[in-house]
Amino acid sequence: MAYPYTHEREVRVMSRGFGDPATRTLAGWKELGGYEALEQALGMSPDDVTEEVKASGLRGRGGAGFPTGVKWGFMPKEKKGPHYMLINADESEPGAFKDRELMRWTPHQVIEGAMIAAHAIRAQDVYIYIRGEFFEVAQIMGRAVEEAYAAGIAGKNAMGSGVDIDVTMHLGAGAYICGEETALMNSLEGRRGQPRIKPPFPAASGVFAQPTTINNVETVTSVPHIIKNGGAWYRQWGTEKSPGTKMFNVSGHVARRGNYELPLGFPMDELIYDVCGGIRDGRELKAVIPGGSSVPILTAEEVEGLASDYESVAEAGSLLGTASIIVMDDRTNMVTQVRRMVEFYAHESCGQCTPCREGTSWLVKILRRIEAGEGTADDIDTLRGVSRNVTGTTICVLSDSAAVPVMSWLEKFPEDVERLVPRRPQVPAGATAGLVEGQGE
Amino acid sequence: MANGNGSDTVSCTIDGREVTVPKGARIIEACEQLGIGIVHYCYHPALSAPAMCRMCLVEVEGAPKLQPACVTPVQDGSVIRTDTEDAEEARKGVLEFYLVNHPLDCPICDASGECKLQDYVFQEGRAHGRSVEAKAVLGQDDFGGDVIYDGDRCIMCTRCTRFMREVADDERLCVVQRGSRSVIDTFFEEGLDGSPFASNVIDICPVGALLSKDFLHKARAWDLDRTPSVCPNCSQGCNITLDTRDNLVQRLKPRHNPDVNSYWMCDYGRYRYEWMNRGAVAVPKAKGSSAEVAEGNRGAVTLGGGSAGTRLEAPMVRRDGVLESATWKEAVTALVERLGALDGGISVVGSPYHGNEGNGLLKRLQAVLGGDKALYRSPRAEDEVTLPGFEKLTRRRDLSANGRGLETLGFARVGADDGSGGLTDPGTALVVLGDPLVDQDPGFGDGAELVVYLGTVESPALTSADFVLPITSYAEQEGTFTNFEGRVQRFWPALNAPPMARPAWQVLGVVLAGLDDGAAPASAGDAFLRIAELYEPFSGLSYPHIGTRGALLNEPVRVTAGEEA
Repeated sequence: MAYPYTHEREVRVMSRGFGDPATRTLAGWKELGGYEALEQALGMSPDDVTEEVKASGLRGRGGAGFPTGVKWGFMPKEKKGPHYMLINADESEPGAFKDRELMRWTPHQVIEGAMIAAHAIRAQDVYIYIRGEFFEVAQIMGRAVEEAYAAGIAGKNAMGSGVDIDVTMHLGAGAYICGEETALMNSLEGRRGQPRIKPPFPAASGVFAQPTTINNVETVTSVPHIIKNGGAWYRQWGTEKSPGTKMFNVSGHVARRGNYELPLGFPMDELIYDVCGGIRDGRELKAVIPGGSSVPILTAEEVEGLASDYESVAEAGSLLGTASIIVMDDRTNMVTQVRRMVEFYAHESCGQCTPCREGTSWLVKILRRIEAGEGTADDIDTLRGVSRNVTGTTICVLSDSAAVPVMSWLEKFPEDVERLVPRRPQVPAGATAGLVEGQGE
Repeated sequence: MANGNGSDTVSCTIDGREVTVPKGARIIEACEQLGIGIVHYCYHPALSAPAMCRMCLVEVEGAPKLQPACVTPVQDGSVIRTDTEDAEEARKGVLEFYLVNHPLDCPICDASGECKLQDYVFQEGRAHGRSVEAKAVLGQDDFGGDVIYDGDRCIMCTRCTRFMREVADDERLCVVQRGSRSVIDTFFEEGLDGSPFASNVIDICPVGALLSKDFLHKARAWDLDRTPSVCPNCSQGCNITLDTRDNLVQRLKPRHNPDVNSYWMCDYGRYRYEWMNRGAVAVPKAKGSSAEVAEGNRGAVTLGGGSAGTRLEAPMVRRDGVLESATWKEAVTALVERLGALDGGISVVGSPYHGNEGNGLLKRLQAVLGGDKALYRSPRAEDEVTLPGFEKLTRRRDLSANGRGLETLGFARVGADDGSGGLTDPGTALVVLGDPLVDQDPGFGDGAELVVYLGTVESPALTSADFVLPITSYAEQEGTFTNFEGRVQRFWPALNAPPMARPAWQVLGVVLAGLDDGAAPASAGDAFLRIAELYEPFSGLSYPHIGTRGALLNEPVRVTAGEEA
């Protein structure tokens, strides 16, 4: 048992170096076969690299699950100016801590994957945009980048291949919204971290108005293994539409919280009860957020027998997202839970679009009141109305994400709502003044 | 309807009506062409569109969500609806959001009455707000220059920051903090101080978040009369409105003219208006009237015709060495008689703060009577100040409105750059229009046979004037200025003149008629036609052709549909 917790049912492809500080060094990483895939990829044509990743069926691990090879294919085949490869390491969603661990334990794996991705899209520059609060990660990654340069892996004539790929780290300033791809680009350019209007899409005009691809840390971390072993090899795990392995980062009321690398489609209840050792203190499961705080909450019944791949979770009415699973036991006060999540979004709203700027903070105020036991029946309607009005009306989806926990709470935990907001008898207007016949007391 | 098959146009249907627009045009522009009003805050035609106010959402057939009309280009054959339930509900929702933290202090807000938040909420907002929460308080700030900021009223459209960045090229405003804590702020101590075009941010602010200190609590928007005019403070000739109340100019606002000033004007011009109020007709003071303000500014401004002058109220004629008031009939009759008896011709002094009509007829008078000296003085700045985002708009060196017009009419500029000097010999007979000769010592023209002064204020220099005739200022009459590039632009009367004052063109027109030089013009338009006949560069122009956008000298004038005819 190394690394906080491991489990025999794990398939440790990306996470095989976890827990061993040696893998943080170039030498240690090379011992595990590191940079062989990069050398191999640099010898291939960019299109062949893309084809291999397409064949693997790898899907973006940043939450949306868009096929990575297809995304790379959007980049222009002819290079008219610089192309940029951005690595989104601004992992800030409540519940998510997989990229942090990948960078902390295997920084060279991230660099290797990023450089392969850069080669595939003909980019001469990789920017790794790291969340501002990740001080330790930034130090580890920084040392690894230096090592890679010193060893001739990154920079001009990478690994003697004749291909130039520079790797630059950029530390954010601690804004969740900078994890939105276009806000990240603005931030990288030195502007306010606010999402841009799309179109233009990044592949046409991204950072510095040049063709850009942006990938999640975990996505590019999967790539070296695919290049080394082939797309078909990668498909031995997971389902037809969700192939491969995925980091499942589980937090909340389970016995063994942590990062587990499992094949996609792994049964979620087994993940909770077997891999994570079940609900702690012998309590009952109440709810599960399967993909980070911005996806709808699932009830204990909905999780039963649920396969954790993109399609199955979507069918159950939620999203696999980043597979950042938050488990809640029967003691959880859902309104507190929801209020804290919405508070997060209100705090992190960039403030550009009106519905998000005003709507998220309004939701918080209402929820705080309900939490304090001062809710009224009207508040439930207002919560619904506000949630509806912040959904689909803004440039990015931050406010949509804030509405999600509210809506799923109202929909799935009516007994909570009922307890906190007692339905008062309906008294017609004017009844108390004796103007109309009232049925109220 | 024209079809959109041409390569550079596209057609679409908006609310069931078809429209053809240039390729790349945005939905909001197509709507404008059809006269369909799209509510918006952050969009401004002269600025980039960030699509962040989320007010202009419309339904585009085939699009999964509502699209912002301000950035979405019109696709050929697309079907757009602005009036569906979804679109209306979205707008209602956004308006409700604006009011969650807005203080609703309309009764003490200067923007009340010209506030887009008021207008749109009234138009299509919910009748009752659902928010019962305490409102956020963000506070006020002095931005420097003439601008104060009220963070509570701010709707974060960022028009001001974009103006400073994109148009003024002087990025002094920015959004600080994020989310519902965002406010607009300045850098360092000076804020907007010294930025020559900064006050435009007040005009483009759709609500009462950015206010003018100069105009603060001076008048309610609905009490103002707005008269289209031309800024008299330099030869750029920015199109403006004179906003008046109680027969006093309260403020100047830019008026859109793509050929001259776009949507903007400079602060130099904007805040030099008090001289127009000097000697304005006293009216019973309304509550909160700014008459005292105007009174306090008497003589404070030297532009536009001298300082410390008391307004001329009635025609004066010198009889037996004594200047006595007279009726206009007496004065003009006597003047015609004296002028007819002259032998050696006349010298004339014109004023670049008066229109082409009066100055033109003055020059005509000289042509009829003989004489060769036709002079004018005007102040000049040391340099020009250009607006980087609209380079045509420049605070010109020539700080008077009609220098080009006077040159065109045959006047020559004399004197120093502060608008003084240059007049040494009054000649045998002198006719002065508008220039009170404040730089001259009393007794100027004592040796002349005849001195005639047509002015708005008393001239301490012309102690020996034989005729002192009250005329109206530019703000009190209809007329035209010719700007630096020869664009003739109309202005309209915004203030009531003193009862006995007359426009210079009228006085001189009657005098000319008395001298058997044509019929007296019945209107400013008539007087202008006379100028157009007499002076080749003006030929072909007339008031209807000039319209509200102006026309270049000697330029064939086109009358396009929609312009004032």
